[in-house]
Amino acid sequence: MSVATLQRDTAFQVRSLFRSLLRQSSQFSNYNFRQYALRRTRDAFREHQTEKEERRIQELMQEGLQNLRMLKRQTVISQFYQLDKLVVEGQKSGKQTGHEGNLVRQKDTGWD
Amino acid sequence: MSSVGASVWRQASRAYARRLSSPQHFSLTPAFPRVSAARRFYVSETKAANAQVKVDTVIKEEQKAFVDKTGIQPANVKLPGSAVTGDASMSPSAGILKQATVMDQGTRPIYLDMQATTPLDPRVLDAMLPYLTGIYGNPHSRTHAYGWESEKAVEEAREHIAKLIGADPKEIIFTSGATESNNMSIKGVARFFGRSGKKKHVITTQTEHKCVLDSCRHLQDEGFEVTYLPVQSNGLIRMEDLEAAIRPDTALVSVMAVNNEIGVIQPLDEIGKLCRSKKIFFHTDAAQAVGKIPLDVNKSNIDLMSISSHKIYGPKGIGACYVRRRPRVRLEPLITGGGQERGLRSGTLAPHLVVGFGEACRLAYQDMEYDSNYVNRLAKRLMDGLLSMEHTNLNGDPDRHYPGCVNVSFAYIEGESLLMALKDIALSSGSACTSASLEPSYVLRALGNSDENAHSSIRFGIGRFTTEEEIDYVLKAVRERVDFLRELSPLWELVQEGIDLNTIEWSQH
Repeated sequence: MSVATLQRDTAFQVRSLFRSLLRQSSQFSNYNFRQYALRRTRDAFREHQTEKEERRIQELMQEGLQNLRMLKRQTVISQFYQLDKLVVEGQKSGKQTGHEGNLVRQKDTGWD
Repeated sequence: MSSVGASVWRQASRAYARRLSSPQHFSLTPAFPRVSAARRFYVSETKAANAQVKVDTVIKEEQKAFVDKTGIQPANVKLPGSAVTGDASMSPSAGILKQATVMDQGTRPIYLDMQATTPLDPRVLDAMLPYLTGIYGNPHSRTHAYGWESEKAVEEAREHIAKLIGADPKEIIFTSGATESNNMSIKGVARFFGRSGKKKHVITTQTEHKCVLDSCRHLQDEGFEVTYLPVQSNGLIRMEDLEAAIRPDTALVSVMAVNNEIGVIQPLDEIGKLCRSKKIFFHTDAAQAVGKIPLDVNKSNIDLMSISSHKIYGPKGIGACYVRRRPRVRLEPLITGGGQERGLRSGTLAPHLVVGFGEACRLAYQDMEYDSNYVNRLAKRLMDGLLSMEHTNLNGDPDRHYPGCVNVSFAYIEGESLLMALKDIALSSGSACTSASLEPSYVLRALGNSDENAHSSIRFGIGRFTTEEEIDYVLKAVRERVDFLRELSPLWELVQEGIDLNTIEWSQH
C-alpha cells in the first residue's frame, strides 16, 4: 500500500474515533460531565490536529480508544443514577410546558 | 458491476434455500405415501434454528438494546401503560397531579463551591471500580496473590502522587485526609522535638484552616508556645514578620499554600529558603494547591505537606502527607499499631481510595495546563462581571491568586441573605466547616476587613467541570438579586443620596 492510502485510512479512522467519542460523551446524564467530555474531546483533537509522526498518531489513537471504552462504561453507570436536572439545563425560557393553570411550582432541593 | 453480482447471488441462494428443505424432507421420509406430502398443515414447519435459543446472541442483543436505551432523555420516553412521559416519573408530584405540569428547567442548583469539595471524576471512578468489586486483597498481605495485586496498585498510585509534587514515592504517607495530615505534621513534629524540652515554639498564620489552628491550640495546652503571624490586607504574610518571629527554640513553621477562602498563594519558596537556613521544619497545608498550581517540594524546600484527594476530583476519605526523608523529619505518630506506612500512620490502607487518589493525581498532572487555562478563562469572565457592579471588591491579592477561588464583597448586603436569595446556586461565604455559624469569616477579619465587609462576602469556586453557561447564569442571577436586595435596603438609599454611613449618629433606643 502506498503512503497516501495509509494516511487516508488513518484520517478516516481518526474521524471515526472522534465521532464515536462525541456520541458517547453526549450520553452522560450529568450535565457537567457531559459538557466536560464533549469539550475535552474537541480540544484534544484540536490540539493534535497537525500531528505528522505516524507513531505518535498511533499512540494517541490508542489513548482515544481507551477513553472510548471508559466512556462506554461510565455513561452506563451515569444513566443508572440519574438526578434532577440543573437549573441551567433544559429550555432556556424558564417557562413550564403546561396546558392549564400556568403556575410555577418550586421545589427546594435539600429542604424536602 | 458488484451490485448486479450481489443480486444474482441473493436470488440464487434464496431459490436454493427453498428447494433444500423439501428434498431433505423426502429423503428423510422415503416410506411416506405421496398423499401425505400434499397434505396441508395449519402449523408451519419448525426449523431447528427457530426453535433453539442461542444464548450468546440473545445476551448480545439484550446488551445492545440496553445500551441503545441509555442515551434517551426522559422527556422522550413514554412510560408503559400510561400517557405520561419519563419527565413525570422524575418529579413524582407532577405525575400525581395530572393537571400540574412538568417544569422544563431543572431545579438542582449549580455547584460553585469547589473549595469545599469537587465532584468525583468519572475517569477516577473507572479506575476505582475494579478494587471495589474483584480485587479486594489487603495490600499489606505478603503471603498471597490477592495481597500482591493490591499492593502493586497502591504503589503505582503512590508514584503518581509523588510525581505531582516532585517527591520520592517513599515519602508519601497515606492518611484519611488533609485534616489528619495537618494534625499529624504539627502535633507529631512539635511533640517529638518538644520531648527533649529544647524546642517548644511553633509559628503559624492567622488565616490558616481551622484544623491547623486547632492543632496549635492543643499544643498550647500542652505547654508549647505558638505565634500566630498577622497577614497584610492582601492576605499574604510579610517575610520580615516571619523572620522576626523565629526564635532559637522554634521547631516548626506552618503556612498554607493556597488559602481556602480567598485563594491567595503564599510565597512558599521564600519561606522554605528561610526555614532551611535556620534549620526549622516547614509544613504547608497544600490541600487547595496540589494539582491546581505547579508545586515542587524540593524547589520550595518543603519538609511536610498535607494533600487532600477530594479537592482534586478524587474520592473523599483519603489524603496524604509528604514527609521528607533527606534531611529526615522525625515525628511522633498519632495512630500507632501495625506499623504500616513507615510506622507513621498504622492501619490498613483502602486500595480503592488510594487508587482513585492516584488516578486523580495522574489526571491533574496530565491536564494541569489545560485545566488551569480553562479555569483562568472562566474566572476572568466571572471576576470581570462581578467587579463591574458598583460597590463590589475582590478580597485577597489580585496577582498572587489562584483564579479558581473568587471571593467578592458586595457592600450594603448581608452575605447570608444573598446566599438565601441565590438558592439556585450552591455557594458559601467561607469554609464549609464554619458555614453553620453566622459569625463573619475569621480569615477576612484577619485581612483587616470590617465586620460588615466580612459579612457581605461570598466565595465562588470554579473547577474542571464548571461550564461557561453556568458562569453566565450566575452573573445574571447575582446581578438581579443584588439589585433587588439593595432596593430593599434603607442604607443603600442613604448611600445613593451621597451620605457617608460613618457620619450618621444612630439614635439609641
